Amino acid sequence: MTDALANSLAAAPVQSAPAARVRSYWGGVWQRLRYDYVTLFCIALIILIVLSAVFAPWLAPFDPYKSSMAHRLRPIGYRQFLLGTDEQGRDMLSRLLYGGRVSLLMGIVPVLLATLVGGMFGVVAGYYGRKVNMGIMRTMDIFFAFPSVLLAVAISGSLGGGITNQMLTLTVVLIPPICRVAETATSQVRNMDFVDAARATGASTTSILFTHVLINVMSPVLVYASTLVSISIILASGLSFLGLGVSPPTADWGLMLSTLRQSIYVQPLVSAIPGVAILVTSIAFNLVSDGLRQAMDVKA
Amino acid sequence: MTQMALSPPPVAAEDPRDRGGPAQPMLIVDGIRKYFPIRAGVLNRTVAEVKAVDDISFYVLKGETLGIVGESGCGKSTLARLLMHLVDRDEGHLILDGDLVGEETGVPLDGLRRALQMVFQDSYSSLNPRLPIEQSIAYGPKVQGASSKVAKAQARALMEKVGLKANLFAQRYPHELSGGQKQRVNIARALALDPRLLILDEAVSALDKSVEAQVLNLLEDLKKQLNLTYIFISHDLHVVRYISDRVLVMYLGQVVEIGPVDQIYEDPQHPYTQALLACRLSMDPEERVEAAPLAGDPPNPVNPPSGCRFHTRCPFMEDVCMAKAPGLGDVLRSSADDHLAACHMVHPGSGHSRAPLPVRA
Ligand SMILES: Nc1ncnc2c1ncn2[C@@H]1O[C@H](COP(=O)(O)OP(=O)(O)OP(=O)(O)O)[C@@H](O)[C@H]1O
Ligand code: SF4
Ligand SMILES: [Mg+2]
Repeated sequence: MTDALANSLAAAPVQSAPAARVRSYWGGVWQRLRYDYVTLFCIALIILIVLSAVFAPWLAPFDPYKSSMAHRLRPIGYRQFLLGTDEQGRDMLSRLLYGGRVSLLMGIVPVLLATLVGGMFGVVAGYYGRKVNMGIMRTMDIFFAFPSVLLAVAISGSLGGGITNQMLTLTVVLIPPICRVAETATSQVRNMDFVDAARATGASTTSILFTHVLINVMSPVLVYASTLVSISIILASGLSFLGLGVSPPTADWGLMLSTLRQSIYVQPLVSAIPGVAILVTSIAFNLVSDGLRQAMDVKA
Repeated sequence: MTQMALSPPPVAAEDPRDRGGPAQPMLIVDGIRKYFPIRAGVLNRTVAEVKAVDDISFYVLKGETLGIVGESGCGKSTLARLLMHLVDRDEGHLILDGDLVGEETGVPLDGLRRALQMVFQDSYSSLNPRLPIEQSIAYGPKVQGASSKVAKAQARALMEKVGLKANLFAQRYPHELSGGQKQRVNIARALALDPRLLILDEAVSALDKSVEAQVLNLLEDLKKQLNLTYIFISHDLHVVRYISDRVLVMYLGQVVEIGPVDQIYEDPQHPYTQALLACRLSMDPEERVEAAPLAGDPPNPVNPPSGCRFHTRCPFMEDVCMAKAPGLGDVLRSSADDHLAACHMVHPGSGHSRAPLPVRA
């Protein structure tokens, strides 16, 4: 049979390598990320920001809540206040470190929750199609029809302030877009022949979803979700800024920006610091998700 | 009732899985039908139907290869999916080795799963891009209850069987394989449940000629080794002639001709089959046939022509063709040597001027 010959020919060059060294999918992703220095830098930056938030109690030079009427609105680098002080004389650096805790929480937790819930609804809608799809996606469309800021304001207005309610609000706002992405990805996968091949083995729907569908839907959904982290941070800051999020005197970047805005003509640089923190963090998350998207994009 | 008097099948090897005896066809398809609804409008109402498979009957004997040919869109893949129960049929019955499939009394679907497997048309989407091929092959046995270790060993053995070195290929991903290798993996996956009937939907169509020949050889070898029956779907008439024992010709969701391979190729009865074969020969000017080759696109299966569905393109069309649909005859009661065609020209007394005179009783 010519088969054996053709096969040994095809195999020849590879055979010289000792064993079949084949990278896994995630191995391949890492190989591509390794040389993407911008993404690596942003990942490092995010890790730094996260660490500084986690270790805020040890890093902060002052108590972030201790005000001092004598040292209000000091400029950057004034004595021991590396980043100056705010309108109540509290140390900006300490407040920034503590504020990162709330802001990062607001960036990450709602996105994770929304990915779980929205992803699940999207996969179910995409896989079952027809009526199930109609029911789920039309409901999502109702929420999707409002601008996200308006929706967030409306929901948190009715729920009331506080960290938990703010996270809940953001989760609800983020579910529809994630659901839509998951639904699109799933209905594409659902029409692939390998899903039919799996059905032909007699596999249960659960088994097919977990073995064949989720693995293919995961990367587009994760990449999309990572772009939402910055949006979530900004929305959270916006809510706090409007007084709908965490309440003073909690250190939070959005809230700090809000209270410092009256002092913009007195200490413009100090007043801009929380804004810069929000900007840098969200840009870093965006660049990372961009890099991830490229690295996860396998040419099958 | 399902037992029929038939000429001896080509290969009637003993098989412990056999239930109906060697003369019982592997699969009988009786009047199967599938119309896909076309939905439109705000209310998503059905506005029309695609008659993808319209009342098709045939049988496949044990150990034979039945070729199915027809133009793109005539419903070949839909037929395959109906047989596999991947698409719900609107009407009709399947009888697998003497047992009615899917009905309350017959073989449960799970039994069908083991007996019937399919190799898919599109080798791009037929393998999960995120699974190493070993896992793609081992999935079926795992679903059917094999332990992960047993399933893996089975997958490796199957890879060797289809000519892929397990050590080299087991951990590879589909995008790291050539088209021919992917098709071998597809075949291995279909064999993993130890099926008796394999439906091959354009299994070699995307491959270049030399790889195609290798895969065809592999299929022939496997068929002998594993005592398989094939339904081989292709639009490549050369390949179908090479591999098939009998051939079924489809046009717009219906069977227009069925018969032993040599009779179909040497003495085609239906003008559509004649035209298909003429298209094939017209590559060589010396052998060019005078009969008009197929002109234009096939009509829309949403609104197939009245009477004989081929009448819009048939050079022998007469009034009777538009008025009355020609029957194929009772396929299920015919023998495997019979050559049937759904055309008024072959039916005595049909009213077509070329029809043979009715035989006097
Ligand atoms: N899920 C579906 N919904 C609606 N129409 C469908 C569906 N699947 C197939 N069809 C229609 O049914 C007809 C037959 O399609 P099918 O795929 O069976 O053709 P085919 O003979 O396999 O063609 P090809 O040789 O191109 O593979 C086509 O007109 C197609 O558009
Ligand atoms: S029945 Fe009439 S139209 Fe149809 S194939 Fe025969 S001759 Fe042609
Ligand atoms: Mg097809």
